[in-house]
Amino acid sequence: MNPTEFTPLAGAIGGVLIGASAILLLATAGRIAGASFIFGGLFTTRFDENFSWKALFNIGLLIGAAIAGLFWFDPSTIQFPSGPVLTAISGLIVGIGVTLGNGCTSGHGICGLSRFSMRSLVATLVFMAVAVITVFIIRHVIGG
Amino acid sequence: MRAIAVLLSGLLFGLGVTISGMVNPMKVLNFMDVTGIFDPTLIFVMGAGLLVTLLGYRVVLGWGKPLFDDRFHMPTLTAINARLIAGAALFGIGWGLSGFCPGPAVASLVFGQMSSVIFVVAMAAGMVITRMAISRG
Repeated sequence: MNPTEFTPLAGAIGGVLIGASAILLLATAGRIAGASFIFGGLFTTRFDENFSWKALFNIGLLIGAAIAGLFWFDPSTIQFPSGPVLTAISGLIVGIGVTLGNGCTSGHGICGLSRFSMRSLVATLVFMAVAVITVFIIRHVIGG
Repeated sequence: MRAIAVLLSGLLFGLGVTISGMVNPMKVLNFMDVTGIFDPTLIFVMGAGLLVTLLGYRVVLGWGKPLFDDRFHMPTLTAINARLIAGAALFGIGWGLSGFCPGPAVASLVFGQMSSVIFVVAMAAGMVITRMAISRG
């Protein structure tokens, strides 16, 4: 593990852009900007309107990340603390968790809280607390 | 117009998770490491995102319906049950193991790192397996 630079301004600008994304999607298509829901929707055998908007959003997501990487973000700062096996296990658990819990950081943490959903409040408190505990165990109990 | 708006919405999301540094798993894990090498950036991302969305949603939901659809497609589930808690807890464990959550993980694919690909493929498998298990109920 390595320290990372505290970047509150870039963080807040990024947060405002994520908020703008959520507002635009609700205002135009009437949809919730939940990343796991929108990505999960790609795995279907029915290529109808319900698939096409999710595909478009994901294409936009990749374009946005690429543009940001060209002008405002240095991709060489990216560090992966976990090896390939742990990364795969983590991905699998995240996929199971967000499907069972119907949402992730964006769906529950940003959009759900913004429409005062009690479900999203409970989910957000649970996944935040569990993530903090998980990191504490890995870095300070096992790692320490 | 609707397609352009959805594409632009995805683009803003991709810009947001990348500029904020959330595509860097180390940065996310350092936020969770409150007793160690704490990096509070994530709270500024969530705080700003939440504040903007909270205000924007109030305005937009007051319109009655969206610009290019006949209604708002809002989540209908309200039950706070074991499945919600278990799902959120599992997501928390997975997020704490790698520092990746779904949006930034998918966005990070453009930076060509093998770890991003491994995570996203495994996440997709987890989603599909869980959906099949639920539908068999």
